[in-house]
Amino acid sequence: MRRLWIGLTFLVFALLLGAPVVRIAMGAWDEGWRGFANGLTRPEAVHALAMTGLIVAAVTVINTFFGVIFSMYLVRAAWLGPRLKKLLNSIVDLPFAVSPVIGGLMIVLLLGPDSALGGLLGAAGIKIVYALPGMILATLFVTFPLVIREVMPVLQEIGTQQEEAASMLGAYGWTTFRRVTWPQIRWSVVYGVVLTVARSLGEFGAVLVVSGNILFKTQTATTLVYQDVENFSLTSANAVALVLAAGSVALLLLMEWAKSRQKHV
Amino acid sequence: MSSKFQNRWWGWGFRSAVMLYFIILIVLPILGIYGQSLSAGWQAFADNITEPLAWKSVQLTVIMALIATVINIAIGTMAGWVLIRYRFPGRSLLNSMVDLPFALPTAVAGLMILLLLGPQSPVGHWAEQLGFSILFHRPAIVIAMVFVTFPFVIRAVQPLLEELDPAEEEAAYTMGASKRKTFFRVIFPNMLPGIVSGAMLAFSRALAEFGAVVLVAGNIPGRTLIASVYIFGEIESDNAAGAAAVSVILLTLSFLILWLVNHLQSRRKTA
Repeated sequence: MRRLWIGLTFLVFALLLGAPVVRIAMGAWDEGWRGFANGLTRPEAVHALAMTGLIVAAVTVINTFFGVIFSMYLVRAAWLGPRLKKLLNSIVDLPFAVSPVIGGLMIVLLLGPDSALGGLLGAAGIKIVYALPGMILATLFVTFPLVIREVMPVLQEIGTQQEEAASMLGAYGWTTFRRVTWPQIRWSVVYGVVLTVARSLGEFGAVLVVSGNILFKTQTATTLVYQDVENFSLTSANAVALVLAAGSVALLLLMEWAKSRQKHV
Repeated sequence: MSSKFQNRWWGWGFRSAVMLYFIILIVLPILGIYGQSLSAGWQAFADNITEPLAWKSVQLTVIMALIATVINIAIGTMAGWVLIRYRFPGRSLLNSMVDLPFALPTAVAGLMILLLLGPQSPVGHWAEQLGFSILFHRPAIVIAMVFVTFPFVIRAVQPLLEELDPAEEEAAYTMGASKRKTFFRVIFPNMLPGIVSGAMLAFSRALAEFGAVVLVAGNIPGRTLIASVYIFGEIESDNAAGAAAVSVILLTLSFLILWLVNHLQSRRKTA
């Protein structure tokens, strides 16, 4: 019985997770090293990867900053009533329930050239939709809960005693945060950051809608994979996809490593 | 005194900025899409929904997501059980592989399935000889959804199994219950809340999936066009009202599920 279940589990994992990963790792070499290298070094791929890097960097910085502060407010702020906190807390999860395409559509509706706000900004010469700012906004929307959901439980768990003690001893708000709170939430922030990087690296639906997928302008790595597939150039798609997959697997391993390390300390 | 006064203004401004960021980034877009789809009145909204292709895409999405969820319940419960209860070589490797679908970009997942099941691949070839096709047909949609939502049930079941007090099981055995009876009367009821909430999250994720499905489904209107791809098509062809109407249906469904999961979990905590 035991053998049967273990065997079945191995089979499911091999078919559902193993086979696709092996296939993509092999597929990139279908046309040998040249095919792989060409897929990666063509100008559109270089541009798309740079674009993705830019978005990942911007989103990670902004999302981590606001995520940590927002978690502090949701757990600690005295100026928010408990009911309001509860309401805000449930709103935080909403981006998880929103299809990425719909997330993109929201931004197009709100800030697109046909909307009031977008028209106003357009007249001022600021382009948001079909340009980098919109893509960053869309990715920020999608990644919003990640840092908060990692940091909030830790903040709730550690309680306020030590922070109160610090401020009683005369430490200012910032010093209390840096010396008392930060060391305790540090690892959860790291997890949040890793998740944010992985998610923004791979974001596809929202970015596709907001960017318009314009070659050499707003094309990211994932939307380039999509376009390659539509154009039936599977080997080039495969090369870019392999890089993305390697990146996300590396992040996954990093997360595992950090978690096991934290458990031992 | 004056520095303290300044500090307070600073703090107030900072708080407002953070709250404003939250409202502009999260609240406003969600309200905006409801507003947009209802701005032309109920009749226009209803017309957009009952448009045959739109309605069919919503139906198809729900059915495909349901099938994917049922498959996930079966394999997720099994894998969660095996990974917690048995010790065998390769266990920790499998355990870290579970999160792979969450980490992989969905477009990459779609490409993987496309390459694996395409007509040139052994699997696709074999299926075609048997007289059915997977890629660009409905089975591919289900496979993509199962792949993307794979971790939910496992990750929901595992903590419950770890928490389970061995004394309960031992008590059942000492009172003479068979292995099968112990499983169904003692262990399974303890796993059930995890299975239910994991399945609901998987269902909601499957409803929303775009990247993996768009690459493998073929997107034939009325046959393999799911709702999120329909929305994308409507945006591309500048029919924002139609896209918004279908979005509202999907969003409302997902929000209801999310609310239900939170409700169940908070009830479990207080119980």
